[in-house]
Amino acid sequence: MDEREIVDTLGSFALFADLSRPELEAVAHRFDEAWFSQNQRVIRQGFSGVGFHVVLEGEASVRIDGEERARLGRGDFFGELSILLDEPPNADIVALTQLHCLVLPRTELQSWLLSAPGVTLRMLQAELRRLRIASTWRS
Amino acid sequence: MAELNKPFPPGDYPVVVVGSGPGAIQISYCLSRLGIEHAVISADDRPGGMFQRFPKLERLISWSKPHAPVERETSAYLRYDWNSLLAEKPEHQAVAADFMDGSSYFPARAEMEASIAAFAERAGVTVRYECTWEATTASGEGFTLTTSDGEYRCRIPVFAIGMAQPWRPPVPGLEDVPHYADSKRPHEYEDKRVFIVGKRNSGFELADGLLPWARQIILASPSPPVISVVNRTVAAARARYMQPYEDHILGGGNFVMDAAIERIARSNGAYRVAVRGTTVPGDYTLEVDEVIAATGFRVPLGDLRELGVATFMQDRVPALTPYWESVTVPGMYFAGTVSQGAAGLQKYGIPSTSAAVLGFRYNALVLARHLAEKYFGVTVERRVLVPHDVVAFLLGEATRAAELWNQQAYLARVVSFDPEAGIRDEGIVPLAHFVDADGPPAIAMTIEANPHADIYPTVYVRVGSRVEEHQLPTAPLHDFEMAEHRKQLDSLVTQLL
Repeated sequence: MDEREIVDTLGSFALFADLSRPELEAVAHRFDEAWFSQNQRVIRQGFSGVGFHVVLEGEASVRIDGEERARLGRGDFFGELSILLDEPPNADIVALTQLHCLVLPRTELQSWLLSAPGVTLRMLQAELRRLRIASTWRS
Repeated sequence: MAELNKPFPPGDYPVVVVGSGPGAIQISYCLSRLGIEHAVISADDRPGGMFQRFPKLERLISWSKPHAPVERETSAYLRYDWNSLLAEKPEHQAVAADFMDGSSYFPARAEMEASIAAFAERAGVTVRYECTWEATTASGEGFTLTTSDGEYRCRIPVFAIGMAQPWRPPVPGLEDVPHYADSKRPHEYEDKRVFIVGKRNSGFELADGLLPWARQIILASPSPPVISVVNRTVAAARARYMQPYEDHILGGGNFVMDAAIERIARSNGAYRVAVRGTTVPGDYTLEVDEVIAATGFRVPLGDLRELGVATFMQDRVPALTPYWESVTVPGMYFAGTVSQGAAGLQKYGIPSTSAAVLGFRYNALVLARHLAEKYFGVTVERRVLVPHDVVAFLLGEATRAAELWNQQAYLARVVSFDPEAGIRDEGIVPLAHFVDADGPPAIAMTIEANPHADIYPTVYVRVGSRVEEHQLPTAPLHDFEMAEHRKQLDSLVTQLL
């Protein structure tokens, strides 16, 4: 993907729906690209220093102690809970296919969210949906 | 009949290395030390790679300290010397500082080129120069490289082809302005308004060089500048190029903007640059005399994409496994600066140093051993350790080993605790491989850093398929052989005995 394709892809994701084209370009520029092969672990349970990841292409599995709890795909994101709570992640994220992500270092997530309230609101909505699904599961 | 005197005629080789920069020369040296027969071919006419042309303003950003806390003859010295290639024998070494005139601890470009050439000569690394790799096909269990001199068939190609092909993002008009690689000498920008696209090292390098000459300099790219002393990475803009940024911060008349470049157009012998602010919104049209695209480089992959090589970083770099093999074309390996395609763990967002000599020289050492053992039946002897020595050995590595200091959170010293084979030094291993690979109980020692400017040893303990991370304390003078380090590491080692 070149920069234009990445910007187009980001623009189609709910998380970035409120951003203008220059703001999307800034995201594409500020985030690093990462590439993971099938079965590679992207985030490791208990390891420090993980980044915030947005899936551009591919599918990943969320596993706690080896047991799959959820699947993630295009437009999904992960790593933010570990960063915002300043705790090591409580799950492995494992690439089920070749996985192409954008990654923001943990040190930059907080300032980026503060500078982009639209993204922060969308992220909060996504977290609440995840919470509702988890609550439904338990009940 | 000069052809007869050239080494490595076309034919069959176990390994073919493409390139003649420091990456190619280092991997060739390492393969030779392990007895792996290989050819080295290069389109260039002499060793040096990118250092024949870059950095543009003739001085590197990687230091080699003439005077360091340890003697030059030791391997630990390389922690303080980011530019010398690795040699086992002292007579093969061409220590970069020996070629420097003392005016800076950053070598001049020509000094670096001279030290690489001297290394190749002393270490006996030979290259078939002016032999251009033109095409690649997969054939049976290997590959065929078509070159200007004929066909090379090999089981393993290692592409150490650098990252010096100018790259521009898709901005209208940007394709018509000079790239960093083709920028003029600083005095030729005298009294000009200069717009530089890009806020990485090449952009700041040019801006710094133009400060005494240009009337005004504007650096722009969509995201805020990433600076080494803030972001703790040598991949960021380096401190010694920060004068233009200080000028901007203090209102000196030069600017560092966060803006998306909309388009660039010629206008009456000058340029009109349309930008849209990102950190601070706003549309602007800037009139300038010169525009330079300091937008970086890409790996000249030739036809490798058509062969299935996956890329990332906006299609600029091949995506690689922890052992620098293409993730999509098994058996195809990369060395030198291209080895940055194996990203590693990137903890706290800090990338490896694989893009530079200080990092990729160690990658070459690890890659050569990996190829020798995986494909060519070579077994590198593992030193056996007694239990009493393990803690001291690993803390000594954490305190002094240049591999760990120069490739933080990327390369690790691994000691295995196999019930049958005993306690063995497994050598230097990519950390990303260790934490995901099965194997006997083992410990990996690395050096890591966090955003609070702490540098500390981190230990990864593998038991079964589970790997746990344990951070040891930092120390003011980075001496990790203190009582508290011994105590903590001893408790981890004891679990594995």
